[in-house]
Amino acid sequence: MTTITASERALSEGQLKSRANRRRLLSKLPAIIGTIPMMIVAIGVFVIGIGFTIVLSFTNVKFFLINIDFVGLKQYDILWSTARWVESVKHIWFYGFGHIALCLVGGFLLAVFMDQRIKAEDAFRTIFLYPFALSAVITGLVWQLMLDPIWGLQAYVRSLGFSDFTFAPLADGNTALLGMIVASSWNGVGVTMAILLAGLRGVDEEIWKAARIDGIPTWRTYISIVIPMMRGAVATALVLLVVNVVRTFDIVIAMTGGGPGISTQMPATYVIDSINSRNVGQGMAAATIMLLPIAMLILIQFFFRWRASLKGRTT
Amino acid sequence: MSVATANSSGVEPSGPKPRRVTPGRIGIYAFLIMAAIFFLLPLAVMILTSMKSMNEIRGGNIFALPAQPTLDYWIKAWSSACTGVTCNGLAPGFFNSVKITVLAVPISIILSMINGYALSFWRFRGSELMFGLLVFGAFVPFQVLVYPIIFGLSRVGLFGTLPGIVIVHSVFGMPILTLLFRNFFASLPAELFKAARVDGAGFWRIFFSVMLPMSVPIAIVAVILQVTGIWNDFIFGLVFAGRENLPMTVQLNNIVRTSTGTVEYSTNMAATILTGAVPLIVYFVSGKWFVRGIAAGAVKG
Amino acid sequence: MKSFVSVVAVAAAALLASTSVHAADVEVVHWWTSGGEQAAVSVFAQEFDATGDHWVDGAIALGETARATIMQRALGGDPPDAAQFNPGRQYEELIAAGLLLDLTPLAEKEGWDKIIRPDSLKAPCQIDGKWWCVPVNLHLQNWAWASIPAFTKAGLEVPTDWDTYLADLPKLKEAGVIPFAVGGDGGGWQISLLANQLILSQLGAASVEKIWKDKDLDLAGGPEVLKAFTTLKTLGEYADDGSPNRSWADTASLVIKGDAALQVMGDWAQGEFQVAGQKPGVDYACLLGPLSPDPQNVRGGGDIFVFFKQGDPDVERAQLSLASLMLSPAVQAKFNTAKGSAPVRDDVDMSLANDCMKKALTVLAKPGALVPDQNIWRNEAFATAQNAIFSDLIYNKATTPESAQAQFVELLKNAE
Repeated sequence: MTTITASERALSEGQLKSRANRRRLLSKLPAIIGTIPMMIVAIGVFVIGIGFTIVLSFTNVKFFLINIDFVGLKQYDILWSTARWVESVKHIWFYGFGHIALCLVGGFLLAVFMDQRIKAEDAFRTIFLYPFALSAVITGLVWQLMLDPIWGLQAYVRSLGFSDFTFAPLADGNTALLGMIVASSWNGVGVTMAILLAGLRGVDEEIWKAARIDGIPTWRTYISIVIPMMRGAVATALVLLVVNVVRTFDIVIAMTGGGPGISTQMPATYVIDSINSRNVGQGMAAATIMLLPIAMLILIQFFFRWRASLKGRTT
Repeated sequence: MSVATANSSGVEPSGPKPRRVTPGRIGIYAFLIMAAIFFLLPLAVMILTSMKSMNEIRGGNIFALPAQPTLDYWIKAWSSACTGVTCNGLAPGFFNSVKITVLAVPISIILSMINGYALSFWRFRGSELMFGLLVFGAFVPFQVLVYPIIFGLSRVGLFGTLPGIVIVHSVFGMPILTLLFRNFFASLPAELFKAARVDGAGFWRIFFSVMLPMSVPIAIVAVILQVTGIWNDFIFGLVFAGRENLPMTVQLNNIVRTSTGTVEYSTNMAATILTGAVPLIVYFVSGKWFVRGIAAGAVKG
Repeated sequence: MKSFVSVVAVAAAALLASTSVHAADVEVVHWWTSGGEQAAVSVFAQEFDATGDHWVDGAIALGETARATIMQRALGGDPPDAAQFNPGRQYEELIAAGLLLDLTPLAEKEGWDKIIRPDSLKAPCQIDGKWWCVPVNLHLQNWAWASIPAFTKAGLEVPTDWDTYLADLPKLKEAGVIPFAVGGDGGGWQISLLANQLILSQLGAASVEKIWKDKDLDLAGGPEVLKAFTTLKTLGEYADDGSPNRSWADTASLVIKGDAALQVMGDWAQGEFQVAGQKPGVDYACLLGPLSPDPQNVRGGGDIFVFFKQGDPDVERAQLSLASLMLSPAVQAKFNTAKGSAPVRDDVDMSLANDCMKKALTVLAKPGALVPDQNIWRNEAFATAQNAIFSDLIYNKATTPESAQAQFVELLKNAE
């Protein structure tokens, strides 16, 4: 009577397991309930929203979802044959490259100088970082005044006696983007500096000692040893800058309204203007293209993870 | 998070040890001071211009000190500057921004805190996938989602309302805040959680009696991040807030864009300072915390 | 007698409002925000408030922004009670979506079909036999406004044709005057307007219709249009540094002050000259055509109001009362005098109109003189894209008239 047959044992084990499963599930139920908002946001907004955008980019939708026809790739054909869009894409590359380069180089230089055991480090940090607390709209408005040919820097320098001095980047379509790069970098250099400074201080003191013993000049230590060692901080700063560049919108509206002409139009302003002029299909095609850089970033990340996992297996 | 902790003060600068006053040292300070001037100039221009009359601006230059400093333009910007034909200044925008911020900050933080806690200690099938999708959302340009959200909010009758704009801010604040809290909770010792489990505490009890009290410092970082972020928002306010709830940044842009013959820079700059005052105060008061918040936010990759 | 009747009518309306029905607020979204425009819109507001109902002003600066807001609110299920548009295709989707109040019963009762003239003003509101909007004015767009003191300063007469003016440009610049005033705000609608009027003036009304209505790609890509584009490019070279993001009203104020010589803008600019106390023929010259020695056409645009269905009988009654009021002869006279536009009916006393307006009304009286503006034929998406092409041509040194023309042809080809 006391002996339990194998089959009986298996049964009860199975029961136990399912009971344990159920208990584990039950104990996790509040966690699932608690994260319902997250699931709604992740799926309901991001996944479905992006899907909605992509689907609409293949239609002729105007503004209301009525009388919709699928038109294949027509919106994309129109998009790429429209000078304003093609220019916008060129602008975002130029602006993005300029802004990111200026922030990284400027931020790195500031970080290096800040790292020289200087006095009043906190005061300097406060000064370099405060613009970041201000919105892009404010940044745009202030710099619009600074760069105004009649009221700004040009007028100031001329009043000093240099009557031929010309510095009015926003008034000229060829240079307006440069003015915008200066303004947005004023806003963003401080953050890059903060991130790079943290990276710099993460580098082991021993490295410096060793470099000094070997007689390597300071600038070479930075370039060939320290920068490679802080590539995590650089990557962080870079990702942050790229993400912000792709969505550039506010500063354009505040500074130039996209002008002179179309010389400071960006993909983001094209999307919004298309929606506002009731050409949603066209706007959604442009929005879908705006997803590409982000998709690329994610692919790159997957690639590095994959490579890291290969390395992990061999060692 | 490692960046954030490394960034907090107390870690020694690692550059070469300073010798006494050398040309190199002078160069370092010269560079830093010049950079500081560059960063401070726009703030100075903002303040100086806002205290000068248009006649004085016309006669002088943007860096000249005001001969007769006046706060009239601050008052005008606050209470009587015009957008279109309504001349109520920035004040309504300020109160709208306060309303939006006061509602959206706690909602987004509480939701994200629960997310981060669940993702660290209560992983369930699919939770990591959800998290991945959410973080992906942090990278998506807002413009990609503008039309779907207009459409979705209009279906439930919330487009152009205060709850509507609060929801939008909560949604777009969620990815980065969830990441912030997830990293924070993951850094806590697992024994803490296990001990509470052994005591028989469940999801909510552990959250309220153990996790919530411990996460005050990180919550402060989150508050700073959200207050400045929501206050400085322009595009969501522009699209989703509706005429009744336009935030201060949108109101500012409208005031600057509304002109009567000539651009009145005095009022514009006064309005600009007033709009920037809240995040600037948050920044100067919170200091180190602010830097930590940025760094924490920056690690989202 | 007339005033007595209107007093009785107002009193009766007020009585009616206080006894049998509740007064209602009517929120009206429009983009009349400049000084002259505000003077005009307050005519509507005051007259409407006098009936017992209340005008809630929803002014939004810049037409593009205002229309986008109206549309977003309509999509979001919270439209204003009344909204301004330009006649044409800007509101076709609202009709298709069934969001607008059908004004046909009111229109039939008041005989809008008979009183509104010319026919081209009715067409945009009367679609498939139903009335969907109220035309309130006829704006004549093909004007140039010149500062007489500015030309005098350069030792010149105010020109009467384009060739003379183009030859004057360098001399004006030498005299320290901004030779050509234009603003580029809102994506460049002012420059589109300039291009449209220039093509009318240089190519004539038939070509305008062929290009914008029939999408005649050969004509649009041909040498005559290229010449107009080249003129545009030249004008752009004589604009000032402050031009790119400037509003039309700020631009007009440069002409009013005599800092700039000439601006091409619709008759609403005249409101600004009036508000500044300037006299035509003394302080400023109005040049129809624009700048045609013998103008044959007037370019007519204008403004209309649509009314959104609200499902509230009090609001609907007030909406209809506003629609009726906007068309009444007395209000039409006051409003259009302030606005600098022509009334939409003939039986309006326009004795207050100044010399410029009278000149236009003479041309308008000729059969077939009225040419509609592009909004009749093309939608807002087209207008936005066209603004980009023309403002790129004017402000971007690298853009040639040829490449802008190629873009324009491509846009027309894809236009719906």
